[in-house]
Amino acid sequence: MSAPHRELPPIVDYALLPLVNVTVAFLVSGLVVLAIGENPIEAVRIMIAGALGYSEGIGFTLYYATDFVFTGLAVAIAFHAGLFNIGAEGQATIGGLGVALVCLTFDGAPWWLVAPFAIAASALFGAAWAYLPAWAQARRGSHIVITTIMFNYLAATLMVYLLVEVMGKPGAMSPETRMFAEATRLPFLRDFLTPFGIDLGQSPLNPTVFVAMLAAWGVWLLIWRTKFGYELRTVGQNPSAAVYAGIDPGGIVIVVMLISGALSGLLAVNEVMGTQHRLLLEFTAGAGFVGIAVALMGRNHPVGVVLAALLFGMLYQGGAELAFEKPKISRDMIVVIQALVILFAGALEHMFRPTLARIFASAPRDDR
Amino acid sequence: MDIAAVVDVAAPVLGSGIRLSVPLLFCCLAGLWSERSGIVDIGLEGKMLAAAFASGVAAAQWHSPWAGLAVGILVSVAFALVHGYASISQRGNQVVSGVAINFLAAGLTVLLGQVWYGQGGRTPQLEAPERFLSLEGDFGIGRLLGAGTPQAHLWSDVIAGHNLLVYAAFLAVPLTWVLLWRTSFGLRLRAVGDNPHAVDTAGVSVAGLRYRAVIVCGILCGFAGTYLAVAQSAGFVRDMTAGKGFIALAALVFAKWRPFNAMGACLLFGLLDAAAIRLQGTPLPGIGTVPVQVFQALPYILTVVLLAGFIGRATPPKASGVPYTKDR
Repeated sequence: MSAPHRELPPIVDYALLPLVNVTVAFLVSGLVVLAIGENPIEAVRIMIAGALGYSEGIGFTLYYATDFVFTGLAVAIAFHAGLFNIGAEGQATIGGLGVALVCLTFDGAPWWLVAPFAIAASALFGAAWAYLPAWAQARRGSHIVITTIMFNYLAATLMVYLLVEVMGKPGAMSPETRMFAEATRLPFLRDFLTPFGIDLGQSPLNPTVFVAMLAAWGVWLLIWRTKFGYELRTVGQNPSAAVYAGIDPGGIVIVVMLISGALSGLLAVNEVMGTQHRLLLEFTAGAGFVGIAVALMGRNHPVGVVLAALLFGMLYQGGAELAFEKPKISRDMIVVIQALVILFAGALEHMFRPTLARIFASAPRDDR
Repeated sequence: MDIAAVVDVAAPVLGSGIRLSVPLLFCCLAGLWSERSGIVDIGLEGKMLAAAFASGVAAAQWHSPWAGLAVGILVSVAFALVHGYASISQRGNQVVSGVAINFLAAGLTVLLGQVWYGQGGRTPQLEAPERFLSLEGDFGIGRLLGAGTPQAHLWSDVIAGHNLLVYAAFLAVPLTWVLLWRTSFGLRLRAVGDNPHAVDTAGVSVAGLRYRAVIVCGILCGFAGTYLAVAQSAGFVRDMTAGKGFIALAALVFAKWRPFNAMGACLLFGLLDAAAIRLQGTPLPGIGTVPVQVFQALPYILTVVLLAGFIGRATPPKASGVPYTKDR
């Protein structure tokens, strides 16, 4: 096979090309704003002011980013093993079931006592929901993309059943469990920071943000500093080479998907125990899918994932402000931006490579 | 229980099952064309949604369902070409591209709908002449079967009285089969999905064939979307496809990438849907009340079980999802 793409200097490959791709995605988003008769530059100004301009906005930005770090890491670690996990949404949903079961069982116990169990349950339930697609991919040869999509719908259907027929609070307007006791809820960071003169307003930022940071560090450690990480990258890059090296690709696939599912599940700690304080339908609000854009934009590296998650956190918070000030630009604009990032940073990631290669080939080289 | 009573209960469910299977069938055939040529398409949902919105807008604008169909197809083909460009020309990841198409459609339809009409993403309510309505009469067959007999009842409720697009969907099945399995174009197109190198060696353009397949896929998704917004409903509402594109994908796996199997799978999934609506809250003899979610989950469960190889084997076209790079 001929190499489809020419070699580029690493700095261009890892920094400039992704930057160009994301920039194009945002330029096209600007054209969409222009097409609906608004000023894109003003829109960006409102979004940045809304996301970073005051401490409540920053609180919301970090709260959204927490979700996206979890799902971004989940998608990224699967990508490293050559797997596309579209099931983060469903895994997070079932993770929420785990959190709710723990919180409802130990209702009234102090949050710091319940939190470790809730975290473990969210990861365990998320991993369990990823197990069957992983097993089917590894041992039965079915395709992980299709099965994880099916499992998203199965999770949603199961949740409707459980909340309507089994766990739901009787007489509630919408299918949801009762609220957790005050003591069992994760505390809001705003309550700690007010004495220091930092006003996070109504933002639901909670200690889960630190769990997200830990998770990012842990994923980095796992992928680049352990034997297992080496094996999973080998399976991702060349499964047949992995077999010759004595690695069982099927086993790696299953374990990677369990980790991916566990990371997705952790999102539920932020949403169910930290923000909503009850289990309700669709609490994931599409964060599982944002994880795809975040992983692609962050080039599947934990540092990139955190940065991309912050950017999407800004988009979500800034987008809410924008929709408030410019009703024509509804929050669906964020979905459009998300789609364009996935398109340009993912599917079309090599589009500008030949152009950049030409520019850097004609530049004088000093390495000889 | 006599036959007439059974028919009385079954006929409306069968008829509604057929109507519910139509968008699935269009989408499933669309996916069949694309994947047979080697292009994996999980963007069926997005194209159908975009077409539903476009057809709703056009039908309201020009007061004609045909305008809706034409614009629905155009927009769906445009989305298909984006997917084609990313997958064929740029050799990008086809699943990633499909995901992008789905979100692009989900976002743009509501965004534009809100800007243009300000009704939370809805398009204007369509009047009767702006829609594809159920055809009158029963093609004169009812009298032939004897008025009032169970078979006449079956005919009028199950086979007759649908709108034009229902018949188009079922016509598309043999048409797809003939084009793909009985013409040299079809042979090449299927070959490109199994062994593109062989087709390339024979001097036929791999990219050209794949682009044509992707366009046909867009056209069929255009029909599916138009059916939702202009035939089944009277206008577009946000997220009106509600995962049908993914059920169609499941049906495609279920059908092992064959057109008549696809029709069977879509009819099965459509009937499950109709049965779920009919049986809501009614106890089944010997089983008791089955939660409606069981019926909703069945297509997904069946597909997962099939994919895991427990009922037969579902093997996709060999080269599907693999970008083609010409050897030098």
